[in-house]
Amino acid sequence: MELITPDFGLIFWMLIGFGILFFLLAKFAWPIITKAIAERENYIQEQLDAAAKVKDEMKNLQSEHQLLLAVAKEERDKILADARKIVEKMNEDAKALRDKEHEARMAETKVIIHNEKMKAITDIKNEIAQLSIDIAEKILRDELTSKERQEQIVHKWVDELNLN
Amino acid sequence: MNYKNNTIKWSGIFFLFFLIFSSLNTNASGSETHESKKFEPGKFIIDHVIDSYGWHITTFKGHSISIPLPVILWDNGKLVTFSSSKFHHGNSAYKGYALGFTKETNGNIVKLKENVTGHFEKDPEMIAESSFYDISITKNVCSLFISISLLLGIFFSIAKSYKKRPISAPKGLQTLMEIVIVFIRDEVVIPSIGTAKYAKYLPYILTLFFFILINNLMGLIPIFPGGANVTGNIAVTGILALITLLITSFSGSKSYWKHIFNTPGVPWWLKLPIPIMPIVEAMGIFTKPFVLMVRLFANITAGHIIVIGFISLIFIFGEMSMGVGYALSPLSLIFYLFMGLLELIVAFIQAYLFTLLSSLYIGMAVEDHEAHEGHATHESDDTHPVLEPSVKNN
Repeated sequence: MELITPDFGLIFWMLIGFGILFFLLAKFAWPIITKAIAERENYIQEQLDAAAKVKDEMKNLQSEHQLLLAVAKEERDKILADARKIVEKMNEDAKALRDKEHEARMAETKVIIHNEKMKAITDIKNEIAQLSIDIAEKILRDELTSKERQEQIVHKWVDELNLN
Repeated sequence: MNYKNNTIKWSGIFFLFFLIFSSLNTNASGSETHESKKFEPGKFIIDHVIDSYGWHITTFKGHSISIPLPVILWDNGKLVTFSSSKFHHGNSAYKGYALGFTKETNGNIVKLKENVTGHFEKDPEMIAESSFYDISITKNVCSLFISISLLLGIFFSIAKSYKKRPISAPKGLQTLMEIVIVFIRDEVVIPSIGTAKYAKYLPYILTLFFFILINNLMGLIPIFPGGANVTGNIAVTGILALITLLITSFSGSKSYWKHIFNTPGVPWWLKLPIPIMPIVEAMGIFTKPFVLMVRLFANITAGHIIVIGFISLIFIFGEMSMGVGYALSPLSLIFYLFMGLLELIVAFIQAYLFTLLSSLYIGMAVEDHEAHEGHATHESDDTHPVLEPSVKNN
């Protein structure tokens, strides 16, 4: 047995042994192993991709959410502002109406007061006239109690008549 | 963390065994030297590195303990089988066959002119000229079978676990092997062959890698079932290189052959009238696997020789004086341990290199060179950038 001359026996067994080893492994072991590894790698990659996608979607969803929230907020503000405006307007309108009514009522009242005043004044005038007549009657009655006086007045009136 | 601790623990135990076995080995060999004649380190080393008909384990009190392996001979259409123990370490013949004793036939089985069994005359004249095929289960063949069974056991069990639990995290041995398998696939095969065609060659490359690796590692275990120098045997590395050569040649694309016989970008006078370039390129077909064969053989054998050399040092000095031998043994063991660790790295590097280069050669063969047609300079195989680290490693 020499160091650098190949032995026939070893070549023979090596060919057979390695051949069998290669055949068995290539038929029953390597395809299963490499396929399983590749499948798992694919699976992991798919899962990672899916996770990244979900993350992206979540991000989008979140931003969408925020956008929606912002829009809603804006809308709410707008609605609130509108409502305030409406309320203000309504208040103003109500005030205006009230004022108008008030004015109208005031005017009416004034007319009534005026009428009442006029009525009162007329009444007072009539009363005063009545009173004056009464007073004049009384005075006259007082005046004409005495005979001389009556004569005096008659004379006077006669004089006056004469003048006319 | 637990996993890591386990790993450390196991590797610790492994190296403890390494030490114990190595000391066992030295004791055994020590008694051998003292019982028998003068210690010959050269013979001692070569006997450990080359193949043999029996698996010598130890020599205990002058009795050699070895596992006898079957001798199988195909002699003129006749199958002769018997146990290698019949040779009694070369001292006996059996049915006319004996272990070679001359310089040319040293260690090989020779046929004697007479059909003798038992003691025989060690006379070169006795050796018959007739040839026969020797397909004995030698130490290396036996180790080869052990490695093959181990590989089949490992990968069938792993394939079963993959089948049983698809798309779940790997467990135990599966984890360890998966790392290596994925490494070979992603760092060796795909970069050299390309994603389009790699799947066809992946089984061969994987088988090659694990075959070389396990035989390298088995060779580092100093006692049965390890210790045989399988990947340090030129027949084994030669067959591996031959298979790579065959695969490379048979899967060669049109442009690969065109590159060899009519290299583009080379001046015409290098091809006609004397076809220098085609000859060089055609030689390249064979030198590439030849280099593969020699590299693995030389690296592993050299590692074994150095390791056994350090062990031999103890006995060389022990022969001078017992005290010096004992005093030197710790130092020798430290060297041995260092070399053992280095060999552990070399076992991986050489398996990696052989596979990397094999897949590079296959990759070059299957590659379509259409894209490079316009290149002015021919890309020589040896200037391939991927090859450079491999050259450093040697």
